[in-house]
Amino acid sequence: MSTTTTEEEEAVTRETQETLLEVNDLKTYYEDGGFLSSNPVKAVDGVSFDIKRGETLGLVGESGCGKSTLGRTLMRLEEATAGEVKLNGTDITTLSGADLKQFRRDVQMVFQDPDSSLNERMTVGEIVREPLDVHEWKTPKERRQRVRDLLETVGLQEQHYYRYPHQFSGGQRQRIGIARALALEPDFIILDEPVSALDVSVQAKILNLLEDLQEEFGLTYLFIAHDLAVVRHICDRVAVMYLGNIMEIGPSDEMFEAPANPYTHALLSSIPEPDPTTARDRITLRGTPPSPRDPPAGCPFSTRCPVKIRPDEYRSLDDDVWQRIEVFREVLRERSRVEPSISDRVRELLGRETHESGMDEILEELFGNLDVPNTVMEHINEAAEYAENDDEEAGRTYLREEFGSVCDRERPSQLGVGDQGRLSLCHRHEDEYDEPATVFESLVH
Amino acid sequence: MSTDQSTKTRADAEPILSVENLRTAFYTDKEVIRAVDGVSFDIYRGETVGIVGESGSGKSVTARSIMRLIDSPGRIENGRIMFDGEDLIEKSPKQMRSIRGGSIAMVFQDPLTSLNPVYTVGNQIKEALRLHRGLSGSKATQEAIELLEAVGIPDANRRLREYPHQFSGGMRQRAVIAMALACDPELLICDEPTTALDVTIQAQILELLEELQEERDLAIMFITHDMGVIAEIADRVNVMYAGEIIENAPVVELFESPKHPYTQGLLNSIPGQGLGEDDRLSTIEGDVPTPNEDPTYCRFAPRCPKAFDQCDVVHPKPMSVGSDDTEHLAACLLYPEDISTDEAVAIHRDGNTQRGDN
Ligand code: SF4
Ligand code: SF4
Repeated sequence: MSTTTTEEEEAVTRETQETLLEVNDLKTYYEDGGFLSSNPVKAVDGVSFDIKRGETLGLVGESGCGKSTLGRTLMRLEEATAGEVKLNGTDITTLSGADLKQFRRDVQMVFQDPDSSLNERMTVGEIVREPLDVHEWKTPKERRQRVRDLLETVGLQEQHYYRYPHQFSGGQRQRIGIARALALEPDFIILDEPVSALDVSVQAKILNLLEDLQEEFGLTYLFIAHDLAVVRHICDRVAVMYLGNIMEIGPSDEMFEAPANPYTHALLSSIPEPDPTTARDRITLRGTPPSPRDPPAGCPFSTRCPVKIRPDEYRSLDDDVWQRIEVFREVLRERSRVEPSISDRVRELLGRETHESGMDEILEELFGNLDVPNTVMEHINEAAEYAENDDEEAGRTYLREEFGSVCDRERPSQLGVGDQGRLSLCHRHEDEYDEPATVFESLVH
Repeated sequence: MSTDQSTKTRADAEPILSVENLRTAFYTDKEVIRAVDGVSFDIYRGETVGIVGESGSGKSVTARSIMRLIDSPGRIENGRIMFDGEDLIEKSPKQMRSIRGGSIAMVFQDPLTSLNPVYTVGNQIKEALRLHRGLSGSKATQEAIELLEAVGIPDANRRLREYPHQFSGGMRQRAVIAMALACDPELLICDEPTTALDVTIQAQILELLEELQEERDLAIMFITHDMGVIAEIADRVNVMYAGEIIENAPVVELFESPKHPYTQGLLNSIPGQGLGEDDRLSTIEGDVPTPNEDPTYCRFAPRCPKAFDQCDVVHPKPMSVGSDDTEHLAACLLYPEDISTDEAVAIHRDGNTQRGDN
């Protein structure tokens, strides 16, 4: 964490800009299934960031990372569980009545799938006019004129007013959605995967349009997407989400050129480049993200992180052996997540096939062809024994205690990286550890 | 993936699949849509041939035609689909059933379309093993375990007993690939197999396909709209537009020097390709046409920045882009580029090409 003059200067320039949106420690949890006491889905698990007026912040991450829920929470389409969301200084999570109505004018959303967000039985004109009607904007005549102007603004024609959405191509339907979002002259637009369903050549046109509109009307955008090339093109700053957390946030160029956080690093390296000659020193991530109902106790990325900090005594353990231990931990995690199937239960009840846990096979599969130090193997066997006796939890705990590190135990805080106010959620930015980039370097070579 | 190697194999082998002048049309009340119109290409053992195009280009219909999965109101109207020396178009529905999921296997975008929700993953793999390889009992179980391990599913023994819904999206696609491999196919047709997956999972699946290809000398036909994925996985690429293959080249060549104006436009509209960061994205004017009549002109002409008057009256055929470059074909009147445009137009018009349309 180094404070340089440039960082201060940069911070000052951003500071002088007016903050439009400020999010503090926002959480959105769901309780589905009705068991209120049970584990909620921690879709958004404590995120903080701000967006300056006129800025475009990209929100990226894989499915289930919470980016869409975050967008919907900012729109008040989901209830925030904790934290605050300030728009122009007012906390919007508690708004009601007339204030809420005003908020619904100032903030608009454009959705991914123009098909499902447009009412097929309404004409294009009616669709775009609806928000004006709902908010009783001026006179009906002025509304009609406004709609005509809006159609032109987004590159449609006046005569499209009386047509129906199904008569339009995907790109044109997205233009209708954008016209509708612009109707009430919002300050802030949340774009939820606005070009993901479109072909690239159509996508390019919509992206150009969004940029033009931003310039013309001084709009502020939150751009939610999974396509990182699109995000890099259109966003000033980017927030990378994983399992309900913002892993890294900062200026987009700097982040794409030199990702600081291990997750950002892995995510960027997994994008196929439209250039067959690029050297591929890819880090392919193992496994899938854990369930947001049962996130890891420490760092959200700790179950898959390729550069996770090891406990001192295992620092020099062979990389392959270490990898397999991580896979073994994942196997137990998967097992405790997947409910036994009904036929398994019936078999168990009938006493048939007594406990085919298959632990021996797994140990053989994972460690059979490796030279595992005896002490390590003893720990693995111990954990396997718990699992053998159907207590995967105990096995998991045992492995966590033996092979876990600060990454498994403590949630990292957001630490400053680079010199433009970038933040990254990772213990490795602390002085006592090697930086993620250094470790990745040694993994690839 | 190795381009050198694949070019070499190509020179001294027979293609495993050779599609010649395929036309598949759909009959609606209003019109006949030629979803695939005069398509020809080859695939050799051990190579991955990509088919890339935007929606409506005909890439998926091409795959379904090869598998003979075209239902009314669609039908294959013309062409040959030579697989291992035999024309698939001549096969009876029964023969096709044993070829599908036998020597030709298919992986679709949505793994759930290939998996039956009421059977365990293990039962489904074992069923495929029984049908196509005559394995049963503990032999089949053992083979199923090995297949799941081969596609990188840990704890295979246990997971065989689980149902598709208990698998994550990426694991399901792995299970589908395991099922496809159960029949020991020679050709694997992948139709947007990673489109529904997240990038980190996509990377795992692409890596898996490359490993399997190497181990088994599989031929892979890979359909996608994603130029990044194509660049990564394909040895050779066919670009489709409005039912036709408008460019065909080894992958490096295609990305380094795309020749057809449509391919050029498509590559330029990808964010981050050859633009300064503040520049606007280049776009292709207009929309993709519906191929509903005999092409007596270039279907890209209304949108082509290089169009000239002949483009409206002469149908371009796939032709070498230069006479010393027989590996790279483009269907555009500007090629071959080493002769005058008038001469080139004359060749396209008179139709004496090596792999033309009619
Ligand atoms: S805190 Fe540990 S597990 Fe998390 S990203 Fe950093 S190194 Fe990886
Ligand atoms: S034939 Fe003419 S219209 Fe078609 S791609 Fe070539 S130049 Fe363009």
